[in-house]
Amino acid sequence: MALSEQWCFYGFYWGEDPMPDTRLIVLFLVLIGAGVTYLTWGLAGPIAFILKLRAIKLGGLLVVGAAVGLSTILFQTISRNRVLTPSIMGFDALYVFVQTSLVFFLGGLGFSQLPRQHLFAANSGALILCSLVLFTLALRKTRHDIQLMILVGVVFGLLFRSLSALMQRLMDPSEFAILQSVSFAQFSGIDRIELLASFIALGGVAVWLVWRTSVLDVMALGKREARSLGVAYDRVQFEILCAISLLVSVSTALVGPIVFLGLLVSALAHSLMQTHRHALLLPASAMIAALILVAGQAGFERILNLQSTLTVVIEFTGGLLFLILLMRGKIQ
Amino acid sequence: MITVQGLYHQLGGNPVLRDVSISLPSNKMTAIIGPNGAGKSTLLDVIARQSKLQQGQLYLDDQDMTQIKPQDLALRMALVSQQNGIASRIRIRDLVGFGRWPHHQGRPQAQDLDKTAEALDRFDLNGLGGRFLDEVSGGQRQRAFVAMAYCQDTDWLLLDEPLNNLDLRYATALMVQLRALSQVQSKGIAIVIHDLNYALNYADHIVALKEGQLAFEGAVSDVANSENLTGLYDTPVEVTKTEKGLFVQHHLMAAS
Ligand SMILES: Nc1ncnc2c1ncn2[C@@H]1O[C@H](COP(=O)(O)OP(=O)(O)O)[C@@H](O)[C@H]1O
Ligand SMILES: [Mg+2]
Repeated sequence: MALSEQWCFYGFYWGEDPMPDTRLIVLFLVLIGAGVTYLTWGLAGPIAFILKLRAIKLGGLLVVGAAVGLSTILFQTISRNRVLTPSIMGFDALYVFVQTSLVFFLGGLGFSQLPRQHLFAANSGALILCSLVLFTLALRKTRHDIQLMILVGVVFGLLFRSLSALMQRLMDPSEFAILQSVSFAQFSGIDRIELLASFIALGGVAVWLVWRTSVLDVMALGKREARSLGVAYDRVQFEILCAISLLVSVSTALVGPIVFLGLLVSALAHSLMQTHRHALLLPASAMIAALILVAGQAGFERILNLQSTLTVVIEFTGGLLFLILLMRGKIQ
Repeated sequence: MITVQGLYHQLGGNPVLRDVSISLPSNKMTAIIGPNGAGKSTLLDVIARQSKLQQGQLYLDDQDMTQIKPQDLALRMALVSQQNGIASRIRIRDLVGFGRWPHHQGRPQAQDLDKTAEALDRFDLNGLGGRFLDEVSGGQRQRAFVAMAYCQDTDWLLLDEPLNNLDLRYATALMVQLRALSQVQSKGIAIVIHDLNYALNYADHIVALKEGQLAFEGAVSDVANSENLTGLYDTPVEVTKTEKGLFVQHHLMAAS
């Protein structure tokens, strides 16, 4: 009795049973299974070479999945809204804008000759820098009102979208085609160094999250409640925004923008975990996102023999499933 | 004792509090009364450090409150706000348990669980512990927030209109509880309240605000009279002493 009370207090609910995190363990095992399947399914030819290629791609899928899952839950915690993802702040628009400007000013040939790792560093740097400047200025101007800051982000997103559209009109079709291929996330041809850099950034954020997970639960209660429990709300909010910025920037620079996956994933994580506790929500959401990407990629490559359209389909099903969940009232 | 001296406060460029100096006695219940928009919530927010102190002094037992760290203040003072916008799906038991957070910072011990259980019991929430906050009535929500503040186990309890949404059974029960907390557990309690019958019969001390300024302050027996209250609300209010206590009549306009 005392034990089950304690579990309940910690928030480990699953029906009547105080089962700690069986769901996380199952998710983890399924994710490992999916990863192994992806690596080994239909191996033929130069095995070592193909395995290496697949391992890098798998690494990309896992890192991006985790980044999308974590950043979405974090963003929903501070915006206190379960139908928002960081992309509402216009991260994808900014990314496309940077790529468009590069193609516009350097030309299609110049763009494709850019050293990859420089481009990656520049992209993530630009995204992190812009979002931090936006957060700092907007939060100061709006007296730490997150809703207003989101609106500022939406407006900037629109601005970047229109500027990109304008430049794209002025380009010739071959340059425009290059841009189209970077406007959706691509998991083929991920660079090893870039992957390593993203992995380190993700690891850093993960360590911070483990340390801060309990404060995140208090933050989710809201500004007044968190403050009266002695949490320095504005400071923690800024820390969370920095973590989101790092996650989204690195994952976008690595593979390109992903918009709808986060919504789908957070909806699934919430209905699976049924808890307000970040210690459960965050890992669930990271693993669900990674699982969707790995399983989707495996299916696409091995069954359908398609390479580049995975994210298009994920974005589509993500949007669709999200609408269904919304209409069923599963998202609150 | 909480002492406020020469407090001025602006919101959106408008002066909301002007030269307010009051003191809230320890171990006693203080009712903060006044018309809508008088600045009662703002005053409570400044005292509870929800809003930054703009001008004036704040002391908690002779200690400058601006020098107290938020974590430490949360161990000494709990606040139940007028609006609570908690959107996350959270169970009542977990919400009440969050009151222990300042004590355990995320690692609840046995005494935290005991205190949570006691709070649920004390505020008659036992049957509701497993329910989600967005699936209970307004009054039940309100009680959950009061229980959460109680769980915080502080010397000071500040409540902004806690009787909102409560039916008369629970309103009376809450006032009885609060009075017992101030007398038995020696807590200092400040409560923003509109129902003058509760205010005058349960509180020891009254702070009355009008248009951002202090209208009057003092022991209930000294200041709670028809003249003061009529002036405060610009509405005829009649206070009658009965053998059971004070009776406030204000719902009938005096015949011409
Ligand atoms: N965010 C705000 N910006 C500008 N004015 C405000 C704001 N919040 C409250 N006010 C004004 O401050 C005054 C006092 O408000 P409040 O302290 O909530 O009153 P009470 O709790 O006594 O009803 C009111 O006139 C109200 O209109
Ligand atoms: Mg008020």
